Amino acid sequence: MLSLSIRQISRKLKDGALLPSDVCAACLYQAEKLKTLNMFVRLTKEVAEIQAKEADSRYKNGNIRCLLDGIPVAVKDNYCTLNVETTCSSQMLENFKPQYNATMVQKLQNAGAVLLGKCNMDEFAMGSGTVDSIHGPSKNIWQSGKCATSIEHVHSVKVKCREFYQLSPPSSKGSCSTVEEDDWFIAGGSSGGSAVAVASGTVFAALGSDTGGSTRNPAAYCGVVGLKPSYGLLSRHGLIPLVNSMDVPGILTRTVDDAVTLLNVLAGYDPLDSTTIRDDFIPLDLSQDIDISKMRIGIPQEYHCPGISDEVLETWSEVADILEKAGAEVVSVSMPHTPSSIACYSVLNQCEVASNMARYDGIEFGLRTAENRSTEELYASTRSQGFNEIVRGRILAGNYFLLQRNYSQYFVQALKVRRLIAQDFARVWSSGIDVLLTPTTLTDAPRYSQFISRDNREQCASQDYCTQPANMAGCPAVTIPIKLSKQGLPLSLQLMSQNYRENLLLAIARWIESVVDFPHLELDI
Amino acid sequence: MTVIYNGRKYAFAFAITTLFTRRCSFCTTNVSTDSGNFILRKVKPSSSQIARYTNEAIFKNKTRSHWKAVVGLEVHAQITSTSKLFSGAGTEFGAPVNTNVSLFDAAIPGTLPVLNRRCVEAGVLTALALSCRVNPVSVFDRKHYFYADLPAGYQITQHRLPLAQEGELEFHVFIPDVHHKPYIKKSCIKQLQLEQDSGKLLHDEEACRSLVDLSRAGIPLMELVFEPDLEDGEEAAALVKELILILQCLGTCSCKMEEGALRVDANVSVHREGEPLGVRSEVKNIGSIRAVAHAVKYEIDRQVRTLESGGVVVNETRAWDTDSRQTVPMRDKEEKQDYRYMPEPNLPPLRVLLNGQHAIPDIKKDCVNVDCLRRKLPELPRETREKLINQYGISAESAVILVNENNLLKHFYGIMGEKKSRDPKLSTNILIMELLTILNKNKLSLETSPFSSYSLGEVVDLLQSKKVNLVTARKLLQEIVSGNPQSPSEMVEKYGWAQITDSSEIEDVCTAVIEQNPRLVEQFCAGKTKVFNSLVGKVAKITENRANMALVVKVLRDKLSKIQNS
Repeated sequence: MLSLSIRQISRKLKDGALLPSDVCAACLYQAEKLKTLNMFVRLTKEVAEIQAKEADSRYKNGNIRCLLDGIPVAVKDNYCTLNVETTCSSQMLENFKPQYNATMVQKLQNAGAVLLGKCNMDEFAMGSGTVDSIHGPSKNIWQSGKCATSIEHVHSVKVKCREFYQLSPPSSKGSCSTVEEDDWFIAGGSSGGSAVAVASGTVFAALGSDTGGSTRNPAAYCGVVGLKPSYGLLSRHGLIPLVNSMDVPGILTRTVDDAVTLLNVLAGYDPLDSTTIRDDFIPLDLSQDIDISKMRIGIPQEYHCPGISDEVLETWSEVADILEKAGAEVVSVSMPHTPSSIACYSVLNQCEVASNMARYDGIEFGLRTAENRSTEELYASTRSQGFNEIVRGRILAGNYFLLQRNYSQYFVQALKVRRLIAQDFARVWSSGIDVLLTPTTLTDAPRYSQFISRDNREQCASQDYCTQPANMAGCPAVTIPIKLSKQGLPLSLQLMSQNYRENLLLAIARWIESVVDFPHLELDI
Repeated sequence: MTVIYNGRKYAFAFAITTLFTRRCSFCTTNVSTDSGNFILRKVKPSSSQIARYTNEAIFKNKTRSHWKAVVGLEVHAQITSTSKLFSGAGTEFGAPVNTNVSLFDAAIPGTLPVLNRRCVEAGVLTALALSCRVNPVSVFDRKHYFYADLPAGYQITQHRLPLAQEGELEFHVFIPDVHHKPYIKKSCIKQLQLEQDSGKLLHDEEACRSLVDLSRAGIPLMELVFEPDLEDGEEAAALVKELILILQCLGTCSCKMEEGALRVDANVSVHREGEPLGVRSEVKNIGSIRAVAHAVKYEIDRQVRTLESGGVVVNETRAWDTDSRQTVPMRDKEEKQDYRYMPEPNLPPLRVLLNGQHAIPDIKKDCVNVDCLRRKLPELPRETREKLINQYGISAESAVILVNENNLLKHFYGIMGEKKSRDPKLSTNILIMELLTILNKNKLSLETSPFSSYSLGEVVDLLQSKKVNLVTARKLLQEIVSGNPQSPSEMVEKYGWAQITDSSEIEDVCTAVIEQNPRLVEQFCAGKTKVFNSLVGKVAKITENRANMALVVKVLRDKLSKIQNS
């Protein structure tokens, strides 16, 4: 039951084979069983049970709201949830209970979705491993010893396609020894908890957030679909910001079709977020199969970068070949400013972080230390205790960049570079490219011990390399799992398209998804 | 909700949230109530304070003629609006502490600003009235500093590209007894920007703590930055007065300085003629129009005194203290701040529709339309004054006074509108001299005045047709104040107050006075012409002030010169 897609489980609910409460109970059981993976910061069991009961009666009375009605979901702990603690994995907000729902949470609720819990993340989404959290790190479910890799493919009807397009054989299933107690494969980040929750069948969909790759990176490592929609398509109201000009709510699901279901529920103008686009959102419709032979696929050279693993490269070229075989025009393109994206991002990120974090002063909400010598001392002590070293470091750097004497040298310069990166994309689109195909990450999921051997800043620089430019340009990007690595871990690829062309992006993603037929985990054990 | 410690001095704090529901009084600015009497003082400078001030000014001007002062103003005007600049919370003044606070105003994480369209319209309207260039695109910036009344740690303002730039404000400077005639002064406006207000701190000295009231946080403000074009306190006060007239006329700001709805900061420096500009100080906490004049004057004098005694003026922020009538350093602002300005990423650039942009497709219909607003501009005070001078032929001084006091202007239009034949100058004099004097004498204000334009118009008619003289006119006004329900003409009729204009009757009275006062006549003939007034007074007394005094003077003169020559 737990490995079904939203469309499949929804059909079962509609047929009366299952009640939302049954699904909710199974998911809560799964969450309990997989507790050691540390995907949840907080399970909202009571809320979920009430919501599931309500959905039960809707299904009984035939007032079904939409495909998401009665479906268990989870949200990252940086979405404000009414009367439910929202910590951003920071001591600063450990006691913070918002008095409102984020627009994304409200829309899920209005659609009838059942909120199962709040997911773990790096503190204030600053990280790419979900290791820097006051709640401890989240662990990848792959090779965790908790599930077996299923030989049953979700898209078993497409076996013929698979034979035709032939990927190199996956490593023998489960051949890799499960990892030791104190070392495991990381979930990726910063939305690691959300990715694990979806991959493990604990929920059918989860919300992450994506500023430099925070949805796509863990989705890639956990073998699920991670969609970063166009900037301005989904409301950020109630999403505690990292970098306002790049943050977007991210969607994590097990299939592209499920991502479309979520997107159709979540997208649209929000009067509470002035950066959402005002045009009416036309729901995506992928019912028609696309003609892949009419597509032009760009392969940007600059994404072939130092540190990229052979397996990732091999996967990348295999999928490119598949597309070519199917008749698509696959062309190499150049996006020369790609390598500058990380440096540019680190300036813009830190400036906005310095600004956004200024409100955490212990006065109106959140942590307040016992310091009582003066207001200034109170600020200093609250902020040094409430934020981890990474957050404090970025605040310091950001304030330095924003000083009057440095502003044009750093901030203005970074804005210029950002524009150049966006122009790289614009040039590619105007040359007739429909989508870009790139790796999502440079390798499969690293082990925890290996990951923490480099500091947060270094890790972000290499982890975000392929995902970050899309945030600069605001264009939509999706990561889909392709195959398993030798270690038995997911290898994923990223597709990007022109802003607001999610329809085309996801249609191509779904075509690839059906062809590569990524093996899914056997979840109901 | 919010309790913090006070400044640097105290070492105790108590987080008692219930205290927050308590009503607290307004405590930011020292408020002086003299603005309401402004016009009265100008007309009748009976107050010894003003007299002292004027003499001082003249004296000081002589001793420091080689010093020149440079004054520039920054005005924060609260935009009249029912909701805040970026949130839906209410704005009414004096609301209970922390009641007009939305989640955004308290900087609750995840909340975002949504720009209030009405505030943009008010800003554009004001910019147009001040001849500013409205920018088709302006942007919002974050100005960072840590202070407990600033919940987000930054203020959203317009620093790099404001709503409007390069305007000018022309105004009359006219203090009777200081200036013989009004003179016209102009101050350029560097920029007009929209920004949010901060909250307020309430210092509880006894409990050694501070409380935060966020009801004011996020209230919409227009900041007007004027170029340093002024030279003294009176010019600064006159500028503020004119600005208030314009904003009230537009309805974009209540301008109630006592409520902090209009706040004036003055940048002041002095230098010797021909030398470079001096170091400037900034004076804040100025609570009324007269306080603008006093604070600037005090600060100029202080800087001159400092420099003449060999001291140096430091770049600092000072506060005007109404009680001690001096500027004092503000300790809080000692450190020079780097505000680390950054564009506000949650607000797209603010676009307004300018002339001829209607055809551009990507500009949405919901943009504020500048041309539409231009057409909505009401008659501005400057235009009203010109109209009064050109159309009614009244003096510039009178025009300034009428326009400065809207109630007087309404009466003027009422009087003139009823009968075109009425003499505008006579009507103006009745309003400016007689009406204000009688109100002042009876300690009444124009707002609470019992006079209707109709009854004032009758008094004008009675005077113009010479039915009564000025003394009777004053008596009529006093009757109205005392509650006499009859109209002035009814009173004249009933009490027989009509003016004696019959020359034979006046001749008879004059002859009688000359005969009854042989000593005065003797003195007059001996060259003591001053006694003439006594004789006139006697005639007035006998006729119970009803005689046409011009006629009396003429008849008496004729008769006396005959006696002299005989």
